[in-house]
Amino acid sequence: MFSWLHIAMPPAPALFAQLLVGLINGSFYALLSLGLAIIFGLLNIINFAHGAQYMMGAFCAWFLLDWWGIGYWPALVIAPFAVGAVGIAIERLLLRRLAGLDHLYGLLLTFGLALVIEGLFRQRYGSSGLPYTIPAELIGGKNLGFMFLPVYRGWVVVFSLTVCLATWFVIERTRLGALLRAATENATLVQAFGIDVPRLVTLTYGAGVALAALAGVLAAPIYQVSPLMGANIIIVVFAVVVIGGMGSILGAIVSGFALGLIEGLTKVFYPEASNTIIFVIMALVLLVKPAGLFGRAA
Amino acid sequence: MNGRFAAVLPAALLAAALLVAGGAGAQSPDAVRIGVLADMSSLYADLGGPGSTVAVQMAVDDFGGSVLGKKIEVVSADHQNKPDVASSIARQWFDEKGVQMITDLTTSSVALAVQEVARADNKVILVNGAASSDLTGKACAPTSVHWTYDTVSLANGTGAAVVKAGGDSWFFITADYAFGHALERDTTAVVEANGGKVLGAVNVPLNTADFSSFLLQAQQSKAKIIGLANAGGDAINSIKQAAEFGIVAGGQKLAGLLVFVSDVHSLGLQTAQGLQLTEAFYWDQDDKTRAWSKRFFDKTHKEPTMVQAGNYSATMHYLEAVKAAGSLDSAAVIKELKSKPIDDFIIRNGHIHDDGSLVHDMYLYEVKKPTESTAEWDLYKLIATIPGDQAFKRPRGNECPAVKG
Repeated sequence: MFSWLHIAMPPAPALFAQLLVGLINGSFYALLSLGLAIIFGLLNIINFAHGAQYMMGAFCAWFLLDWWGIGYWPALVIAPFAVGAVGIAIERLLLRRLAGLDHLYGLLLTFGLALVIEGLFRQRYGSSGLPYTIPAELIGGKNLGFMFLPVYRGWVVVFSLTVCLATWFVIERTRLGALLRAATENATLVQAFGIDVPRLVTLTYGAGVALAALAGVLAAPIYQVSPLMGANIIIVVFAVVVIGGMGSILGAIVSGFALGLIEGLTKVFYPEASNTIIFVIMALVLLVKPAGLFGRAA
Repeated sequence: MNGRFAAVLPAALLAAALLVAGGAGAQSPDAVRIGVLADMSSLYADLGGPGSTVAVQMAVDDFGGSVLGKKIEVVSADHQNKPDVASSIARQWFDEKGVQMITDLTTSSVALAVQEVARADNKVILVNGAASSDLTGKACAPTSVHWTYDTVSLANGTGAAVVKAGGDSWFFITADYAFGHALERDTTAVVEANGGKVLGAVNVPLNTADFSSFLLQAQQSKAKIIGLANAGGDAINSIKQAAEFGIVAGGQKLAGLLVFVSDVHSLGLQTAQGLQLTEAFYWDQDDKTRAWSKRFFDKTHKEPTMVQAGNYSATMHYLEAVKAAGSLDSAAVIKELKSKPIDDFIIRNGHIHDDGSLVHDMYLYEVKKPTESTAEWDLYKLIATIPGDQAFKRPRGNECPAVKG
């Protein structure tokens, strides 16, 4: 089991490279767990369809390119709006009817939706996935001395970090964010001030879904655009959210990046455990701090 | 709230796991049943999966739909790449549903588990999707035939060709289960027998999305060749990301040890060009393969992989053997299968050895450049035909008790 003990400590440059790669994966975790945390924190819905919505974002980028010749940059804007609109329809038509019921109902509904959506895409597009190329402006890489960094991966880190911080700012530091948080605490009171809370809820769900779709577009050039891509990542992302503290925006961002790093190190020292390490950490965190690292006890 | 969620999550996951598509449909009481047990929904679904069921049904239809006066029925199920799920489906099929033979069996861990069920129940399995040479090695069983290809033939095909072209130092990126380990072991044997050496390996969990960390480790090993001992979605992601990280531009070469036509089609020629790979079957070999593949394409809108074609061949030969033996008895059918050469438009110059391996010609192909391709599925050019006795020769001998001298 401890076969890694036989491996000598990799030289420092190699370790830097692995940390950077971990950070890149962490940015996907952060973007996805951020959307989940917003939806849970403000709507109290456990959105199991998040992985499917991430996959739909990637497919949307592929459709835009394949059907209409619309490239990566417009897709980065169009796909979140398009998939976000689908999210809004889901909220209006289905999720709204579950308001006030136990979390379980929302979880089961979104889980069922995810299975249906992923099944439909798999039926039509198979499991191998479709190719999506890196935009011309971001092709190639830079030799950093300790590693060859593809420009596109660097872009992913910078862009997701920006989006994460902007989202955090909107929710924690603006009037709109204050309203959202107030509506979570006491919807009736906020409504009494003349705020259209149902519309606020709908738009928030749409925004959370749009974040998933945005991550999907970012992922499209790196991974194959595949119906399975969401199912593979969603469980990990849920673990990330639980570790960060359900509903905690900052917790989602920080634990997303941090777990990317930890997973990256695991891939060097004990690669066999690289897809279990996050769940081990989740178990440990739940034992010590059941509300998660950044969560408030309910 | 969090505790509630933590309680709900395992329940939801269990629900997902229980969604086993075991539907066998309506059954007539007295029929010969053939089971297609495959990965119907995950990373190997395109190389076998629903297409394998189509191929088996085509064989049944071409055979005439009945044997020994009984109707032939095809049942199928999704084993989800889980040996425990696969074993319980196989047991149920053999014991309760009257299934006589199981085929496809993609994923080596699954095939090894089902082979034990078949051994205990004395039933026939014809393995097409799984690769591990252990199926006919230390785990060999008297009523199993490994039909289309195995890790030894992949090693003798791609592995040997790469070493002879100067690729004499290797680093493996290995899928961390029975298949990956067998492929790494068999390729290592061939590399060393040809004077090459292996510098290292990294075991990667099945169904990994991001290979960049492992590719960096391979890069740092300074090996000339990065051997990909993985398949399906894993092979696709490794090849795609290797291009991104400038592996080939940096002077190292990739050896995709198990790459299917579905993978190459998915990657696109721009990314996959120049890869050498070993196949038992390619749709564009001659008029017969083209004619059969066109029928397959009309049903599935994809060209068949060697696994799907192998399922057709295996089912056809099985039904012919049942007819010739005049019995469904496993030993009699296997004896009949082993008594004659296996030679059709899919499997050529073949015969079944006592260890259960079907030894036949394999082909070394190279993926075309985009400029060389004239159609969507025009993907390969033939480099060499590898005669069966050379392709399936084990450099380190065979541990199967039936043949161990």
